[in-house]
Amino acid sequence: MSKNVIASSAVRARKLSADEIAEIEHEMKLYPDKRAVGLEALKIVQKYQGWVSDESLLAIAKYLNIPIADLEGVATFFNLVYRHPVGKNVILFCNSVSCWIMGCDGLREHIKKQVGIDFGETSEDEEFTMIPVPCLGDCDRAPVMMVGSDLHRNLTSEKIDQIISGYRNK
Amino acid sequence: MVNNPLTKNIDMSRPAKDIAGYEAADGYQSIHAIAKGHAPEDVLQLVKDSGLKGRGGAGFPTGLKWSFVPQGENTPAQKYLVVNADEMEPGTFKDRLLMEGDPHLLLEGMVIAAYAIRASKAYIFLRGEYTVSERALNIAIKEAYERGFLGKNILGTGFDLDIILHTSAGRYICGEETALLNALEGKRANPRAKPPFPQVSGLWGKPTIVNNVETICNLPGILTYGIEWYQSLSKGADHGTKLFGVSGKVKSPGCWELPLGTPIRDLIEGHAEGMQNGLELRAFLPGGGSTDFMSPEHLDLKLDYDEIAKAGSRLATGTMIILDDKTCPVGMIGNLMRFFSHESCGFCTPCRDGLPWVDEIFQGFENGLGNEKDLQILHEHVDYLGPGRTFCALAPGATAPLGSGLKLFKEDFEQHIIKKRCPYKL
Repeated sequence: MSKNVIASSAVRARKLSADEIAEIEHEMKLYPDKRAVGLEALKIVQKYQGWVSDESLLAIAKYLNIPIADLEGVATFFNLVYRHPVGKNVILFCNSVSCWIMGCDGLREHIKKQVGIDFGETSEDEEFTMIPVPCLGDCDRAPVMMVGSDLHRNLTSEKIDQIISGYRNK
Repeated sequence: MVNNPLTKNIDMSRPAKDIAGYEAADGYQSIHAIAKGHAPEDVLQLVKDSGLKGRGGAGFPTGLKWSFVPQGENTPAQKYLVVNADEMEPGTFKDRLLMEGDPHLLLEGMVIAAYAIRASKAYIFLRGEYTVSERALNIAIKEAYERGFLGKNILGTGFDLDIILHTSAGRYICGEETALLNALEGKRANPRAKPPFPQVSGLWGKPTIVNNVETICNLPGILTYGIEWYQSLSKGADHGTKLFGVSGKVKSPGCWELPLGTPIRDLIEGHAEGMQNGLELRAFLPGGGSTDFMSPEHLDLKLDYDEIAKAGSRLATGTMIILDDKTCPVGMIGNLMRFFSHESCGFCTPCRDGLPWVDEIFQGFENGLGNEKDLQILHEHVDYLGPGRTFCALAPGATAPLGSGLKLFKEDFEQHIIKKRCPYKL
């Protein structure tokens, strides 16, 4: 039954790149079944495409031969899998308790003013998307946020301006 | 003798020790000792006798947990070890230090644990945001394979072990061990019903032990230096050292390895150098966001599982969050409730619907709309979301700061109602 569903929807699937397939194949060696590779495959595709489109999701489900609904269930469960296009740099903004005590609400307002984005939004120039993230585990240097894979600590408004312009000029 | 076995190699101003440096500092000695003729049962007994308790939050005796794994002919040949490196408890920042600072300590501990439970495959379940830990662990794993501490027939013991680093993609609930197993199997991370417990039927239905990073990092010391040494480390009833952290408005926030049984005052006033100028200590959460508030009257208690429990809270992760007298306690609890509400997996009704309700009421208090009826609803939720009412421990965890906070900060809640605004905001 599930096989038929994949076959009919797969018309819209995009073609996975050779690099994507190579990385997915590598992951398949590490787990005893294909379903376990689903999340890894979503992350791999996101690394290359920036986000996971419907077409990408279908392609992965088809490649791993797992039900689309199961994979979609996984994709929408995990907050670091993006089912919408995001900016070039994703800001993971910690708003958990230690950062809150150290004043992260004010920094969120600052980013709103300076970059023009709040949680879940992408800047007009498509440079930045900001998403709230659970405690980043660096509470002795709060407030903190990540931009891409880099962690930035002991944040102040001035520091955020420098960080933002640093990524803009990259 | 070594008195800081967890952090003796850690110097965050430099890159982590490579395998040669690690071995020069007694590293992997325990694996050589095992190769000389310790049976898995011997290792298990040693860890049981050491009195090591899990450092992930629950404080369950590690050796006892391992002993639930069925062994013998009629049991599944494949057993798994899973390391919970999904550190996401609000205010907790200890496992990151261990993985970034001394990744080989974790790997050595994993070989010991896997050997004791006869697991030939181990996964490290690492949160996706810990990119520096990921790099450090990948390098260390490669080195350990090259030196023969991982792979086939480790040091001629006939024991095989593969370690696979799995990076996750968010969601606090993955830290719950059965949700973690579902995530590792590529499913939505909803917790599973217990029993069966993972020790009997875990990852892909096979016997599985899930241990926290810090728990595993205790093992090399226990095997290398012995139980007598291990039990001499602490100042209280529990054994060994532990990582303790302090965050919030203290002069010098940080994370330190200290003997269990160290007085709370030494941690807050000594290591963290006390409150910032002009601020008083109002209260603190002793071990992350899912613990009950404690107050300054508790400062002379020892950082010890039973002693903190007697005071009505939990040592849990051992990383404290400090509330000062100029920060609104209602706002702080509201922040925690928003976190728990956001991170509910949505599986069971009390958690999925109760936590957003609680969150909404706190938003009301923040905006001057709180009333007596709201306060009553909050009190009711401490019961409705408490232990035994929900499928897993997430919502009961949320009721710890909620229930204790409603009692401790009664006046603050009332002031929000009377003044129709947050009294801490000018």
